[in-house]
Amino acid sequence: MNAQSAPGQMPPLTLEDYFSPSTAVPAGPDAKGFVQRWTLLEPIGKPGLNSNAAFNDSYLRKEFATVYFKDQNTMVPKDGQTVTLADKTKLKWHCLDSKKYNVKLYRFASGLGLRPTEGVFMAVTVINVDKDVTVRMAVGSNSGSIWYVNGEEAILLSNDRRMVVDDCVSPKLTLHKGKNVVRGTVINGPGMSDFCIRFYDENGNIFKDFTVTNQ
Amino acid sequence: MALSAISANAQLKGNIFIHDPSTIAECDGKYYTFGTGSGGLISEDGYTWTGGGVRTGGGVAPDVIKIGDRYLVSYSAGFPGTEGKTRGNIITMWTKTLDPESPDFGYSDPMLVAWAEADEDCWAIDPAFLMGPDGKLWCSYGTYFGTIRICELDPKTGNRMPGDVATDVAIDCEATAMMYRNGWYYLLATHGTCCDGVNSTYNIVVGRSRNPRGPYYDNVGRDMMEGGGRMVLSAGNRVTGPGHFGHFVVDEGVERMSCHYEADMDLSGRSVLAINALQWRDDWPFVADQFKPGTFEIESVRRGYALEIAVDFVRMAGRSTRGFGSVNDPTFAIENQKLVDVIADWPKGEIGVRANDYMFRPHQRWTITPVEDAGGYLGFPYYKIEIEGTHRALAATEAEELVTVPAFTGADEQLWRIEQLIDGSYRIMPKSVPGHDEPLALICTGDSTVALGKYDFNSDNSKWNFRDR
Repeated sequence: MNAQSAPGQMPPLTLEDYFSPSTAVPAGPDAKGFVQRWTLLEPIGKPGLNSNAAFNDSYLRKEFATVYFKDQNTMVPKDGQTVTLADKTKLKWHCLDSKKYNVKLYRFASGLGLRPTEGVFMAVTVINVDKDVTVRMAVGSNSGSIWYVNGEEAILLSNDRRMVVDDCVSPKLTLHKGKNVVRGTVINGPGMSDFCIRFYDENGNIFKDFTVTNQ
Repeated sequence: MALSAISANAQLKGNIFIHDPSTIAECDGKYYTFGTGSGGLISEDGYTWTGGGVRTGGGVAPDVIKIGDRYLVSYSAGFPGTEGKTRGNIITMWTKTLDPESPDFGYSDPMLVAWAEADEDCWAIDPAFLMGPDGKLWCSYGTYFGTIRICELDPKTGNRMPGDVATDVAIDCEATAMMYRNGWYYLLATHGTCCDGVNSTYNIVVGRSRNPRGPYYDNVGRDMMEGGGRMVLSAGNRVTGPGHFGHFVVDEGVERMSCHYEADMDLSGRSVLAINALQWRDDWPFVADQFKPGTFEIESVRRGYALEIAVDFVRMAGRSTRGFGSVNDPTFAIENQKLVDVIADWPKGEIGVRANDYMFRPHQRWTITPVEDAGGYLGFPYYKIEIEGTHRALAATEAEELVTVPAFTGADEQLWRIEQLIDGSYRIMPKSVPGHDEPLALICTGDSTVALGKYDFNSDNSKWNFRDR
């Protein structure tokens, strides 16, 4: 049989199986260039979103234009910082390092005892570089998502997607010397939700010459 | 019985409605495939199918493999005692025969061989078998929720190999299958969205590994644990959502893949069984465009000569036929030679067949159409092969030669199997040859002479192309 001799013997999975708290020490990308440090917002519930079939470009653009809380598109939040939605729901930001190359939003939510499906997730991080550099941002997400770099839209991932490495790659963009804010929103109905991000340089090679911080 | 051509888009015939079909298995001269639920489809020739397959246990997405003189069947469903503790169970059972009418038919007690815990990053459904070249039996399973896993089963018992720990091998997919060929293990996986009819984006991809436990990489070097996969088959030709790959080897160099299409738009958008020829290139499997009826040059791979009826080559008259002229002379289009220009001088009875330089002349162009109610072979109907614009039909003779008869009558020696080989060329075989039990194929005996002979994948004498030019 399995490593377990019978079903029901495995301990439940926790947040710590997938994430560790971010530290003040800048992180690098992982060996394959993936960004693992993120500030994640507890999911904004979308009750009744029991299918991803509607996630075409128009639907997602309308959805992603929704402003749920003050300074949504500009804040670079700190760990524990909260936001208040229109219905008075308070959601907290968490500064976390993913233990995997991808950021498993489902396990982020379930690990906090929150509903892991039928919701909108938001993620922010800061990419630090020593000089201006031209890159492309490669994203995979489950499901639809939109990503901004320094306030400019970099890429939209539409339709009922699953997270595939290098699924969608942005047009060329510039990471400026110093801090660059990467911000994203992921929407998902049923099933698991996650994303992964890395960068490619102008020669098509994985770009790893950066550090990652929460602020 | 009147015989007529059928729709150019004809897939299989009969009752072909099924979801999540198992690998096709052969048992006592019939073909079987099982689907989600309790039933399955049966066919005597692999082209026309009926219901009647029987599988106990219900559940979803079965698979079947013949081991020795019996069949191991798997499926995923609830298993007594696991309620609330598992996210999916993989169950296996044996049967001596797949024929429900046989006195030997009957399934053994089900065995729980794999599961996922209630909160694991895996959902244990969609099992599929592979018997490796070393006699080890592998089972892949899983779906979009979490990972695809591979575990080892004991081929003697059909149960889990003691101590085996399953390996994570892929994400973003379900309905996997495995193959082995030339030192490579292949993981076929179904990506995209299931169960959405004409809007289903289901598609079949593949990765490969030297190790049955992976990692499996795609054509751009991406691990299937990163969502990688090289396309094998996607939607097209009014069918959407191919999924649940199955592999069937017909002969050396002749392979098929089976699957369902989530929606056949010519059959009310229902989920149907499908069988396509499988090709291999650079040790990657894929499904190329399948043979479509039409009018073609039948070109020998041996020399590139075209099949023709043995009639006079009639020179085309008119000026500028030598190709020379002043650069200032005005140009004009010369019409192709037409059938009416030459047919009056053709013999009225049987005419022999040979191969020659292709000149797109009427005696070298063949119209190939499927024949209604003539049955078929695994995945495809029998075809008639006629000179374009006539009913003069290619036929096999008892002397193992080729001839054309003045008019197609539907006799078995005038019905042809057209099967795409794994290298993209074709073999062409008559349904039967008078006076012969052994299968024979259209072969080149010389550059310009053809006959019927033993099919040999390793010889270009056995291979043909259909060209539209």
